[in-house]
Amino acid sequence: MRHIISLLVENESGALSRIAGLFSARGYNIESLTVATTEDPTLSRMTIVTTGSDRIIEQITKQLNKLIDVVKLLDMTDGDFIEREMMFVKIRAEGEAKRAEIQRLSDIFRARIIDVTDSTFSVELTGAGAKLDAYLKTLPDGDVIETVRSGSMGIIRGKKALTI
Amino acid sequence: MELSGSEILVQFLKDEGVEYIFGYPGGAVLHIYDALHRQDDVKHILVRHEQGATHAADGYARATGKPGVVLVTSGPGATNAVTGIATAYMDSIPMVVISGQVPSAMIGSDAFQEVDAIGCTRPCVKHNFLVKDINNLADTLKKAFYVATTGRPGPVLVDLPKDITAPQIKIPYQFPKKIKMRSYNPTVKGHPRQIKKAVELLLSARRPMIYSGGGVVLGNAANELREVTRKLGFPITQTLMGLGAYPGTDKQNLGMLGMHGTYEANMAMHQCDVLFAVGARFDDRITGDTSKFCPHARIIHIDIDPASISKNINVDIPIVGEVKQVLADMSKLLAQTEQKSDAAALDAWWKRIGEWQAQDCLAYDKSSPHIKPQSVIESLYKVTRGEAYVSSDVGQHQMFAAQFYPFDEPRRWLNSGGLGTMGFGLPAAMGAKMAFPDADVACVTGEGSIQMCIQELSTCLQYDLPVKIICLNNRYLGMVRQWQEFFYEKRYSHSYMDALPDFVKLAESYGHVGIRVENPADLDSVMEETFAMKDRVVFLDVITDQTENVYPMIQAGAGHNDMEISPEHKKNLGAVNPEGELA
Repeated sequence: MRHIISLLVENESGALSRIAGLFSARGYNIESLTVATTEDPTLSRMTIVTTGSDRIIEQITKQLNKLIDVVKLLDMTDGDFIEREMMFVKIRAEGEAKRAEIQRLSDIFRARIIDVTDSTFSVELTGAGAKLDAYLKTLPDGDVIETVRSGSMGIIRGKKALTI
Repeated sequence: MELSGSEILVQFLKDEGVEYIFGYPGGAVLHIYDALHRQDDVKHILVRHEQGATHAADGYARATGKPGVVLVTSGPGATNAVTGIATAYMDSIPMVVISGQVPSAMIGSDAFQEVDAIGCTRPCVKHNFLVKDINNLADTLKKAFYVATTGRPGPVLVDLPKDITAPQIKIPYQFPKKIKMRSYNPTVKGHPRQIKKAVELLLSARRPMIYSGGGVVLGNAANELREVTRKLGFPITQTLMGLGAYPGTDKQNLGMLGMHGTYEANMAMHQCDVLFAVGARFDDRITGDTSKFCPHARIIHIDIDPASISKNINVDIPIVGEVKQVLADMSKLLAQTEQKSDAAALDAWWKRIGEWQAQDCLAYDKSSPHIKPQSVIESLYKVTRGEAYVSSDVGQHQMFAAQFYPFDEPRRWLNSGGLGTMGFGLPAAMGAKMAFPDADVACVTGEGSIQMCIQELSTCLQYDLPVKIICLNNRYLGMVRQWQEFFYEKRYSHSYMDALPDFVKLAESYGHVGIRVENPADLDSVMEETFAMKDRVVFLDVITDQTENVYPMIQAGAGHNDMEISPEHKKNLGAVNPEGELA
C-alpha cells in the first residue's frame, strides 16, 4: 500500500543522505521525497511517499525513528490529510489552434501559464498526483518537452499538527 | 582553561574516564598524537593495523561493558577501521572511533589520504559526526559517548579535520557533564500492562521456553534473567551472543539454539507453546526458515530497540524497554501474583526434554587417532576451570567453542556473531587482557582466521599481553569445507589452505612461545603447559582431524525439528523417530 510519511529532521548536512541511505540499504521503495527548511531554521520538513506491506511500512517508520537526526515522524496515511504536488510542464505550442487548445485545457485543470515563447508554453499546476497525471494525458503525444514534479507534500487536516 | 582541539580531545577522554585508546598514527592525527605524548592518563595502544584497533577496542568493550575507543588517521586509516566498526555495529557494541580528516578547507578536493569517512561508515554506525567548529568539539564528543553507550549500544564515529586539532587555536574548555538531544531518548521502562500480560501468559504455559540473547549481556541483566528463570523453573536456551548470561552448567540451561544449537534446545523451540524472547533479535541463524519457526508458540519479546520487534517474526506481546528493568519488574510481579504455573504440565515437559538431552547430541568419536577439535575445547575448559575470557574467530572452531565451553558468567565469551568477522579473535583477546591482566585470556581460532590479523602478535609483545592462542589447525577453512561436503558434493573449491606457515616458528619470530601438538594423548599436558606460562604469549598449534563437522546442523529451509545430527548422536537415538516426536 502507498504511504505518505512526514518527518521533522535536524537541519544538518548528513540528514538527507542518512534517510536516503536507509531506504537503499534496506531495499525500501521511495516514490518521492521532498525536503526544505521549516520556520524553525534548525529543522527540515521531509515528506516521503513509499509503498510496501504493513510489515514493511512498520519497519520503515521504526527504522526512520531510530535515526538520530529524525526528531519526529508521522505516517499521514493513518489519518485524514491533504496531499499536493506541484508540476511545471514545458509544452510545444506552435500554431493558433494548438495554443488555444492548450490554454483551454489548462483552464479546465486550473493550471497557469507562467512563461510563453513563440513555440512553447511553460505551465504550472498543483494538485494530487492523479490530477497531474490526468493533465499530462490530455496533452497531445510528443508535445511535452519537459516535466518537473516536486513530489508530494502532506499536511494533517484539523487542529493537529506535526511540530516539536 | 584554554586548550587546542587536540588537547580538548585528550582532556575530554580523561574526564570521560577513558583508560585505553587503540590506534595508529598518520598525517591527519599528528596534532592529536602530540597531545597524547604530553600526558600519561589516557594510555594509547599502538596496534599493527587499524582493523586490529577496532577489534581490540571491541574486545575491551565486550569484556568490561565500557565503551571501546579508537583513534585512526584519515583515508586508509578510516577505511581499514570499517570492518571493525561494522563488526561492533552488528553486535551492538559501544565504541567511539575518532578519525582524522584532511583540513576543512581541503575536504572534497581529493586531497592526499582523503576519504569521506562519514559516508563510508554511515551504514555501519549508530551515528557519526563531522566536527566543523572547534567550539562544538567537546559537546560532540559527549554526544558520541552518550549515543554509543545508551539505548541499543553501537559504534559512533567522530571525524576530526586536521585544522580543528591545530595547536595554534585554543579555546576555553569545560567538560560537558550532561548532554541533551531532542531527537534521541531511548525507552527505559517497559509498559506495565504489557509486563502483566506477559507474566500471565508465562504462568499459563504448558511447554514454555526462554530464549535469551546478547541484549542480556549488553544490558547487564544476567542477575535479573537468572532470578526470573529460576522463579519460573522453565528451560532456557541462549543465542551465540547470549552465552554466559545464564550459567552454562546450570540444569535449567539447554545450551545454545539455532543452526548449530543443541538438539534439546532446538526441539524444545519447535514444540514449545510459549516462547519468552529476552534481548534477542530473531536472527536468521536462530530462526532457520521463519515459516517453520516455533509453530505452536505464542511469543513474548523484550527488546530495547522497537525496530527489533516483529521484524523477522511476529510477536504476540512486545515489551520495549531495558531488559534489566523489565525483568526486575517481572520478577516483582511473579513474587506478588496468586497465579501458579501448571506443575504437572511442566514436569511432563521437563521429562520430554530429559529424553532429548539423554541422546547426547554433542557426542563425538573419542577413539580417533587424530585430535578432535571438540576435545581441544574440553581440555581448554578443564585447564582454565571454565573461568577464562575466550575470544574466537569465525568458523567451525567458533561453533565448537560455543558448544563445548559452557560459560557461567556473562562477558567472558567474545565473538563476532552478527558480522562473522574472521580476524576478530586475537585483537579482541588483547582488549580483554588489557582490561583483566590477571585473568586467563584465550583466543580460539583456526589457521585460516588467525592469519587475518596475525600482525597483532607484535602488539602483544610490545604491551606485554600474554594471551593464549589455541589454533585448531585442520589445514582447511573448516566451515567452508563442511558446506562444500554437504551441499556441493565434496567439491572443495579453494577451502584448502596450502602453503601454511610454520606457526611455531612464526610465534617465535614475534618473540613468543610456539608449541605444536599432534597426538591426542599429549593434549591435556600441553594445554596445562600453555597456561602455566603466565607471562608469555603462547601460540598452541593443534593439528586436528581434517574431516570433523559441526553438529547438530539446521540446514537452509529447515525447521528446528529437522537437524542433521552426528554419526555418534545417531547411535543414541533410541526411542525417538527422526522427526523427534516421542515414539
